[in-house]
Amino acid sequence: MKSHEVPPTPVGRIVDRHGRHANRLLQVLIEVQDDSGWLSPAVITEIARELSIPRSRVEGVAGFYQFLHTRPVGRYHLLFADNITERMQGSAELMAALCSKLWVEPGKVSEDGLVSIDTTSCIGMGDQGPALLVNGRPLTRLSHQRVNQIAELVRRETPIEQWPAEFFRVDDNIHRRDALLGLDMAPGAALRAAIGAGRAAWMTQLEASNLRGRGGAGFTTAVKWMACRDAAGADKVVVCNADEGEPGTFKDRVLLNSMADAVFEGMTLAAWAVGASEGYLYLRGEYRYLLPALQDTLALRRAQNLLGRGILGEAGFDFDIDIHLGAGAYVCGEETALLESLEGKRGTPRIRPPFPVTHGYLGRPTVVNNVETLAKTCLIALHGGEAFAATGTAQSTGTKLLSISGDCAHPGIYEYPFGVAVERVLEDCGASDIQAVQVGGAAGVTLAGYEFHRRIAFEDVPTAGAFMVFDSSRDLFDVARNFVDFFAHESCGFCTPCRIGTALLKKAMTKLAEGHGAKMDLADIEWINRLLRNASHCGLGAAAANPVVDTLLKFRPTYEQRLKSLDFEPAFDLDAALAAARRASGRDDAAAHLADRAPGS
Amino acid sequence: MSKQFLFDGRPVRFEEGQTILQAARAAGHYIPHLCWHPDFPPHGSCKLCIVKVAGRHVSSCALPAKEGMEVESNTPEINGERRALVQMLFVEGNHFCPSCEKSGNCELQALAYDLEMMGERFAHFFPDRPVDASHPEMLLDFNRCIFCELCVRASREVDGKSVFALTGRGIHKHLVVNAESGRLGDTDFSADDMAANICPVGVIVRKRVGFATPIGARKYDDKPIHLVDMEDGK
Repeated sequence: MKSHEVPPTPVGRIVDRHGRHANRLLQVLIEVQDDSGWLSPAVITEIARELSIPRSRVEGVAGFYQFLHTRPVGRYHLLFADNITERMQGSAELMAALCSKLWVEPGKVSEDGLVSIDTTSCIGMGDQGPALLVNGRPLTRLSHQRVNQIAELVRRETPIEQWPAEFFRVDDNIHRRDALLGLDMAPGAALRAAIGAGRAAWMTQLEASNLRGRGGAGFTTAVKWMACRDAAGADKVVVCNADEGEPGTFKDRVLLNSMADAVFEGMTLAAWAVGASEGYLYLRGEYRYLLPALQDTLALRRAQNLLGRGILGEAGFDFDIDIHLGAGAYVCGEETALLESLEGKRGTPRIRPPFPVTHGYLGRPTVVNNVETLAKTCLIALHGGEAFAATGTAQSTGTKLLSISGDCAHPGIYEYPFGVAVERVLEDCGASDIQAVQVGGAAGVTLAGYEFHRRIAFEDVPTAGAFMVFDSSRDLFDVARNFVDFFAHESCGFCTPCRIGTALLKKAMTKLAEGHGAKMDLADIEWINRLLRNASHCGLGAAAANPVVDTLLKFRPTYEQRLKSLDFEPAFDLDAALAAARRASGRDDAAAHLADRAPGS
Repeated sequence: MSKQFLFDGRPVRFEEGQTILQAARAAGHYIPHLCWHPDFPPHGSCKLCIVKVAGRHVSSCALPAKEGMEVESNTPEINGERRALVQMLFVEGNHFCPSCEKSGNCELQALAYDLEMMGERFAHFFPDRPVDASHPEMLLDFNRCIFCELCVRASREVDGKSVFALTGRGIHKHLVVNAESGRLGDTDFSADDMAANICPVGVIVRKRVGFATPIGARKYDDKPIHLVDMEDGK
């Protein structure tokens, strides 16, 4: 520790609290910003000095995360969730209304510095939207009435702590429980069973369960754990990926809210299996409001000897868990980007191989598992691997939590054994007159009506949990365009095809939406999609093409009706470009317009 | 006996631990690249070095060679995709070759010629990227940046200065320098740094030596990059 001759500055105190470790940079930036409102150039210089790292590194990280501000934001900073399901509930109109009431333009700060309003990607409140984040806290169930109240509270500068508690109510909305959500486990019960069985027997049970990762990729958990257990290096690490950023997914939010013990117990079960002593839960910034309760749960588990040294009296079984916050970056859900972020860096996916099981957090063997996957290991420890494998399908054992939102009567969480048909899910959530379902979020698959017999399982329709329903009143072009904008916004920018391809795709979709599309644009879109799929560095870029590929294939008329009947149509509008000249000359008569674009023509 | 794989149908020997690109180069086969440099570990961001292995696209700079692999590189399909990646880089920045001091010595321009790029195909972004002329010896023209991070890596790992870093993300990613003012003149950057001499395009250029070598007598003026790059051992 550095000794201070003068009392440390606020930045110095925060850096001290993090042990002056450079790999805590992201956590330091988040806390400094809590204190100072934004990260000014001078503050960035101070952080670099306190952490003894180059200033350029601090600036690089600060500029990567959406919730870190290198320019001032309003004292009230409101971010409307911009996922398609919130759009369908009128979020854009609500945001426009709030902007006009508070006299502020989207994305700008009001002149008095009071308020700024912008959009953000899905914040995991799709079943109780439209929703927004105000200074990082989720505010649900927006309506015009609620927007009026918010405008008033902001205008009077009422501290957020004094806003009606009802605004911040977040419900679990669990509509169907199965093995996991029906579990009533005393903390430590699964751990006692696994420790009692012994390390090797516990791994055998996990293997017998054939549990596969619930974060989307579906890698077999036992294979991952064994590879980490067998990797060289004594200082192994368990990481829980709670960066649930896939649009339309919110099941991890519910698990962290109501079953945090099972999640932490799963992490401890993993530590027991692989021989890890350190654990990290990477919590997406949008779920920061859950942090105090999660810290309390950890403290309770330490008091019960479920964490710490010699867990449950087992000599040498030392393990503890720390919670790290994300700061608004979907790409950090990719496990190697998450590890970079945990190390206090920009969330850029790494080159693989090597894989995290051998070279993970700080180069150490690391298990990275999804929240739901870890919670499910408790079921296996309690009831055995075979019992777990008895439900589901051959390649997809156990159950799956679905986060259902969009056009249905009962949005929320539904737990089904794997293999459930899409039409059964639609029936249960009260959906009718359905045109399409987006399974697996923006990166997933768009299912048309003729595919509703298909089943949720790794061997048919895999999903991390998102299930967004669109009835016949919706335009699937708008859905795809929303997802394209999402990927362009969330691309980390590391590789050429994703950085530029997602931005080009966004431009192409805008051109179509504005009525300037031509056949050639569809060809360009298909070509960009191919480059994204083939050449991208990670799954984000590869998946960024999915929504357009699927909707072009299954809902092509919605694209074609937007085309002019020409082969080529420039995005450039010559008449609009003359507007500046018209303003300068004070003319707006017909002769000041191109012949075929005169007003009223 | 060393192992071998097939590169465009021809056998290539490799040592354990070599990447596809390293082994191919050692055997005299050129693979296009922008962010790869022999002095640094693979970066894998430009994706110009993509090849096809067992039907899948991989970055040849990063993937270790394996016995019996069948690698497709110099094919119309892969070169078509490489050409599109170069086109993307051209529309992302502001690249005006005729007025650029790096013309003829520029790897991006040379690759565009070599890959037979006839136009940019995609709509230009025309980003607003002011130049930085604050340093007495060196000029930064961010308009030409392709985000290979060679200057970032050279300054951090060789010069020990971390003069450069990337900030922002997605299409808004951009290069910054290690100074609160944001000006290169306020850093400890020197024209002798490796970072000052590694830019494959025309971002980091020396002042007062413009056109010392006339157009026509420059690195890629006589021969295409796939020959020059293999000759000078880079």
